[in-house]
Amino acid sequence: MKIRAQIGMVLNLDKCIGCHTCSVTCKNVWTSRDGVEYAWFNNVETKPGVGYPKNWEDQSTWKGGWVRTASGKLQPRQGAKWRILANIFANPDLPEIDDYYEPFDFDYSHLQSAPEMEAFPTARPRSRVSGERMDRIEWGPNWEEILGGEFAKRSADSNFADIEKDIYGQYENTFMMYLPRLCEHCLNPSCVASCPSGAIYKREEDGIVLIDQEKCRGWRMCVSGCPYKKIYYNWETGKSEKCTFCYPRIESGNPTVCSETCVGRIRYLGVILYDADRIEAAAGTESEKDLYREQLGIFLDPADPDIQRAALADGVPEDWLEAAKRSPVWKLAMDWKVAFPLHPEYRTLPMVWYVPPLSPIQNAAETGFLDSDRDLPDVRSLRIPVRYLANMLTAGDELPIVTALERMLAMRIYMRAKTVETVIDEGIADRVGLAPEAIEAMYDLMAIANFEDRFVIPTTHRETVEDAYDLRGGCGFTDGNRCSSGISGGSLFGGSSSRPLRMPPEVSGWT
Amino acid sequence: MNTFLFGIYPYICLTVLAVGSIARYERDPFTWKSSSSQLLRRRQLVMGSVLFHVGVLIVFFGHLVGLLTPIWIFDAIGISHGFKQILAIVVGGIAGLFALVGGGMLLHRRVSDPRIRRNSSVADIGILALLLAQILLGLATIPLSAQHLDGGEMVRFMAWAQGIFTFRAHVADLVIDAHWIFKLHLFLGLTIFLLFPFTRLVHMLSFPVRYLFRPGYQIVRSRRSAAGARSGERDRTAS
Repeated sequence: MKIRAQIGMVLNLDKCIGCHTCSVTCKNVWTSRDGVEYAWFNNVETKPGVGYPKNWEDQSTWKGGWVRTASGKLQPRQGAKWRILANIFANPDLPEIDDYYEPFDFDYSHLQSAPEMEAFPTARPRSRVSGERMDRIEWGPNWEEILGGEFAKRSADSNFADIEKDIYGQYENTFMMYLPRLCEHCLNPSCVASCPSGAIYKREEDGIVLIDQEKCRGWRMCVSGCPYKKIYYNWETGKSEKCTFCYPRIESGNPTVCSETCVGRIRYLGVILYDADRIEAAAGTESEKDLYREQLGIFLDPADPDIQRAALADGVPEDWLEAAKRSPVWKLAMDWKVAFPLHPEYRTLPMVWYVPPLSPIQNAAETGFLDSDRDLPDVRSLRIPVRYLANMLTAGDELPIVTALERMLAMRIYMRAKTVETVIDEGIADRVGLAPEAIEAMYDLMAIANFEDRFVIPTTHRETVEDAYDLRGGCGFTDGNRCSSGISGGSLFGGSSSRPLRMPPEVSGWT
Repeated sequence: MNTFLFGIYPYICLTVLAVGSIARYERDPFTWKSSSSQLLRRRQLVMGSVLFHVGVLIVFFGHLVGLLTPIWIFDAIGISHGFKQILAIVVGGIAGLFALVGGGMLLHRRVSDPRIRRNSSVADIGILALLLAQILLGLATIPLSAQHLDGGEMVRFMAWAQGIFTFRAHVADLVIDAHWIFKLHLFLGLTIFLLFPFTRLVHMLSFPVRYLFRPGYQIVRSRRSAAGARSGERDRTAS
């Protein structure tokens, strides 16, 4: 057993209102630069829909994640190492920028400088890549917002696998949900495995997956290797970039920018202890439907004294153990089993988990729900098909999703009975297999969701590994090349930058 | 002039190549990259890039082995000078055509596609044009050398190249009688060495062979062991 700690995240989709505050604040902090203006380390998709980039979930097209070979070994879906190296001159699985969207800006300055004309002047779109006029914008980062576009195209969504999807194209049966996505900081990251340069690594102390910008050579195998398409090739610098889990904030005990600014308070951050020695076995489980349970199996209970002793011996700091005991991620994923990994079938063991959303009950009267306020309705009559959620969160295993949805419904019924009727309904708690205290704890964490309960983040322990004396006069956070900005335009070594960096782009318009 | 171009200039170029590459790797690792433009435009890249790279690599290693292997080794294993020359012409000619077609596609894409054109530096276009010119010159030497298949001239070029590395005196005299196309080919080749550290060509030095020998797939960096080794963030342990 080798115990490591990871800061995990849970997103409660039941409360996501699709406001994109996470995406916008993330973009302002991390990707408001040329070369990654098309990249959204955090984006919010409306499901069902093909998403961003288009059809990212269809791994028969993009070849992300892992496959289990006939001999039971794990191997990146894009191929073994020699296969990846053989594709180094041209990666056949790399998306083109149009699969994300061609980044654009508008000729705003024309509005100020236009001469007197018969018609009002307009700000027409212009490509941020080529600088040329775009006749029309064909796709954007959130083109399918709130079921935009026709169902025929949106329903290419791979989560419709094994579902008779045509009825969901009818107005009265239509359903939708939001899916905010970021890097999953996987336990078995396929981007790390795909990187020929060895530039991508997982940090031992908190599990954050980062790209060493000085070691990245731009072979771009990580972009196709990541099944979530959450690594972006910066076409300006020629290096790949990804969500950093806001590690400078996490190190100082602060939530990530997307979590901190979430107005729906849907995000949770907390420590999870796991057994690093069992990663390979868990990710290599034969049946895809077992992957969710296998991943639960490698998480270690921080309340167990044996685990605590072993964790300390493996170098997990004491306050991280304390934080692990109070971890909201542990409660949601392990205690109450209401959070699930996104697409466990990619075998990456992702560490950003999701609470599935409840939805209105179809034909409420027919299902008998209206007869009794305190009865648990059949979650299969919810508007969002359970099968759809299961395809997304448990590789198609419906039972865990049903249990989670029932527990969330039971929580509502229990709390309504308690606060409105002042009755403690132990029956409903018992029916979903939880004690009344657990239901009230769930309510505190999921409905009230106080800041200090949502974010239990221990600070990093730099003092044990760094001598502050060596850091004096340092530059802090830079984009590489020690104290330089990382962009060497006009340098002797030919920074390829053909135009100067503009940051943020709003300051100067197109000329 | 001949002495300068083929006796002194090679040393200038090779010194800049070595010192410049080391300096760039050490001082500016962030700029060390392949500068792929595949994300912006896939069209013409897959075919062009594969043809170009395969062709150029065969030609490059053919030159490396062909020029720098001492001639007595060929004599010892019974490869005649004439046969070696024909081998060089055939293999080099085919690979050269590959590289020419691929490189032509890449150059066409680079100058004609607005996305790529706008995001290309002078060095990006320049080095590709130089490489193409060099390939053309190399192919143009084939008819010349086909006129004398005894391998004598080839052996003189080998002696010159090996003379450079063994610091032989008056080495430039070996090529003084060569045809101007050969001379231009040599000069341009040396110039590409000179420009090497200042262009994207450096990416060939970091072809990730080590990937094949990396134990397992995953890389975990540990601060604790990094501090122990006093090596910043460079320490890694595979899991």
